Amino acid sequence: MPHSRNIALTVNGERYEREVEVRLMLADFLRHHLGLTGTHLGCEHGVCGACTILLDGRSARSCLLLAVQCDGHDVMTVEGIAPSADALHPLQEAFRDHHGLQCGFCTPGMLTTLIEFLRENPDPTEEEVRIAISGNLCRCTGYQGIVAAALDAAKRMQAAPA
Amino acid sequence: MAQVGRGIPRLEARSKVTGRAEYTHNLRLPGMLYAKVFRSTVPHGRIVRIDTSAAAALPGVERVVTGEDIRKVIPEPYYGPAFHDQPILALDKVRHVGEPVAAVVAADPHVAEQAVQLIEAEYEELPAVYDEVEAMTSQAIVHEVLKPAGTFADLKHLAGKTGTNVALDFHLTRGDTDKAFAGADHVFEHTFRSQQALHLAFEPFVAVAEPGDGMVTVHTSNQTPSFVRMEIARLLGWQENQVRVKVPLLGGGFGAKVYVKLEPLVVALALIVRRPVKVALTMEEQFYMITKHPTTFRIKSGVTKDGKITARECEVHWNGGAYADIGPRVCQKSGFTAPGPYDIDHIKIDSYELYTNRTPCGALRGFGIPQLVWAYECHTDIIARELGIDPVEMRRKNILREGRPQATGTKMKDAAIEQVLDALAEQMPWSKPFDRGTGVIRRGRGIAIGFKASISPTTSVAIVNVSADGSASLNMATTDMGQGSDTIMAQIVAEVLDIQAEHVRVMHTDTDITPYDMGTLGSRSTFHMGHAVRLAAEDAKAKLAALAAEAGLPPGTNYPPSEIFVKRYGMRAGNVIGSGTYIPTYQSPDKTTGMSENVTPFWMIGGTGAEIEVDTETGKVRVTRLVNVADCGTPINPRIATTQLSGGATMALGFTLFEDMVLDGGQVTNASLADYKIPGMHDIPPMYNELVDAKQSNGPFGAKGLGESATFGVSPAIANALDDAVGIRLTDLPMTPEAVLRALRAKEGRPLEDDA
Repeated sequence: MPHSRNIALTVNGERYEREVEVRLMLADFLRHHLGLTGTHLGCEHGVCGACTILLDGRSARSCLLLAVQCDGHDVMTVEGIAPSADALHPLQEAFRDHHGLQCGFCTPGMLTTLIEFLRENPDPTEEEVRIAISGNLCRCTGYQGIVAAALDAAKRMQAAPA
Repeated sequence: MAQVGRGIPRLEARSKVTGRAEYTHNLRLPGMLYAKVFRSTVPHGRIVRIDTSAAAALPGVERVVTGEDIRKVIPEPYYGPAFHDQPILALDKVRHVGEPVAAVVAADPHVAEQAVQLIEAEYEELPAVYDEVEAMTSQAIVHEVLKPAGTFADLKHLAGKTGTNVALDFHLTRGDTDKAFAGADHVFEHTFRSQQALHLAFEPFVAVAEPGDGMVTVHTSNQTPSFVRMEIARLLGWQENQVRVKVPLLGGGFGAKVYVKLEPLVVALALIVRRPVKVALTMEEQFYMITKHPTTFRIKSGVTKDGKITARECEVHWNGGAYADIGPRVCQKSGFTAPGPYDIDHIKIDSYELYTNRTPCGALRGFGIPQLVWAYECHTDIIARELGIDPVEMRRKNILREGRPQATGTKMKDAAIEQVLDALAEQMPWSKPFDRGTGVIRRGRGIAIGFKASISPTTSVAIVNVSADGSASLNMATTDMGQGSDTIMAQIVAEVLDIQAEHVRVMHTDTDITPYDMGTLGSRSTFHMGHAVRLAAEDAKAKLAALAAEAGLPPGTNYPPSEIFVKRYGMRAGNVIGSGTYIPTYQSPDKTTGMSENVTPFWMIGGTGAEIEVDTETGKVRVTRLVNVADCGTPINPRIATTQLSGGATMALGFTLFEDMVLDGGQVTNASLADYKIPGMHDIPPMYNELVDAKQSNGPFGAKGLGESATFGVSPAIANALDDAVGIRLTDLPMTPEAVLRALRAKEGRPLEDDA
């Protein structure tokens, strides 16, 4: 691989060292090199938000980041949200219970975006939730269940802080 | 505990919130290659030359394939559900911008993409036609010869026709409209148009073909796997059992992924290179696959002075684009409901499906119904306002009631039209005074109702497999694309077998083990597959009882199934396999009159109420409240049913206010999610969703479909609210701020300069 570089990064708490082509997008790195296919690619130009991950705790579009840009950084994907293989995070439970998803394609990006948001605003109003997810598109649900899930997740997280 | 009627979470929700859900998008097979498509840059032209040499020479390219190469594995490479008109890769001619002309196969998708840029094609351009009305008489003929597939009886007369763009004409006549118009107190006539828009499922079209020994496996994001199997077998001249189609969860469908789309191409490529091949479209490429029909609908009504509609004529032109896909079905199946859910004695319908040089148009959530409701509900509202009749009263006076004949003559049954109308009026609330404002911001409200017949006659088959421990699995080819079919089918199995729905395993489609289903489309699954699943579970239950009898247990024993198996076989062993097949009765509309006594097994009813604000300085319409009401009989899972209302209404909101595929010389100028806006959080008004208390007497547990119902009334309800707010009437979709401002300025007698 002529245009390759070695990178080392943490993904969902695990450290990875890989040689990657410099043009490789982070989303493709996660999906194809690490097998973390929970991060979905919708529009591939930063609009839909399905591929949103957390980079050092901040939400970012993995379709607009190169893998080499994440050298030395910490990435969290949808696979890293649940506290264990058997348990769900309160936000995941709320999405399930409030029908905050239909086809599920946008869901990983909604969840990562809301993880960041609820960390910074643990007791949001409905309007604040609406603003927080206005950069993530959903073609199925009409957003009703997503807003309800986010508000309920905040309550659940306050009742039992992680 | 009753399993039907429980608003349980989706069975697959856990996999979706943890990132473990399976989509074709995620599939990678050992040795798999990727293909990228080279597309036409002209709307209509003869192919003079395709130069693939530079692409083939690019290091890493496995093969470059053109239409002629496809013929080596598929001699007659034309596909389609209604017409065999669509070549896998263009042959001789291209008929729309974006049509696939060649494909590059490589191990690295980026190399394939780079090689596509190196292909050159030369076309002799031909005159093109884009408008559905012009296509009736245009000298530009999209297809030299019409080639109906032979599947549908009412297309047969078109076989071999030349010199026409009409891909189906459907006619219905009841009573004498001319005479009724002559005797009417008032006659109203309007023409409404709708735009080309598209589904934009977030998982773009994707398929993988895997060649095997005397067989091929197709993994695909598709709503109709059984049809894929039949169509691929037909193209290859193979038996159906040599084609295996596997469909995991879908990242959205909305009607885009019905019949065959990418599957013939991936199969042909995989057979050429003898390796697994994946084709995954980009969001941009979805604009060149399948879209929603633009329409022109001329509607004319004769009305008495107190508002009774006595006659209605409907002339609908459907813009089908370059290939028929399922468009002719849209023209006929939706066409016969064009007069709306009204009791009218004299009716005439002429519905035409036209070929044009646009991206093909097919099924999109409502199968043409939203385009029809757009016209008839605006028209009905205009009549009411002109006659000084309240819009709700106008409808109440004219709606089809139980037992009354619809346009085809089929008598209405279990169609809660009046209940939907009443619920809308109550929830608005219509009888309360409404503040329309006086300043720059004006307010208005409007309602609309619509209805749809189910696709018929269609077949569903299901298998329920009870294992020796008493656990049950369901094998069926219904695709869960987000609508929740896995969950409600599990609830039906659980109800019959008296187990927990959460414990039923629903197999995703693998046509080697899942039996035939006509398709996950037209809101048909709950009714048709629901019945098949119910029958399969009842069959399994009867067989369990028979097994208990063989084991010497008394009739009506309450031994758990696991113990019945042990008693019968001496150990934990065996299976009970129940199967069920369902097809409703049906009578095809008469060829000349369009009449039928039994045109559908059930009717879907949907209504919308909208409150809006109009900024009279910018033309911006803001929907401030949306009321969505539908009759879905008795829902199997009321919470999943309700999400269909909010989802459907939101999609329709985009089609109403901003979504529009803009064409310039046949070229789509906004083919990306950045330029083609779909509704985001800030576009969503507060919503009220209601399923009226109803029962579909011939449905499984009283249920019927509703995936499309919330889309019917959104556009006309908003247009009616706009008229209510500022007294302007838009007749074209979408109702952009620019369109509203132009109409406002024209009304004020100071039109915008380029309108003057």
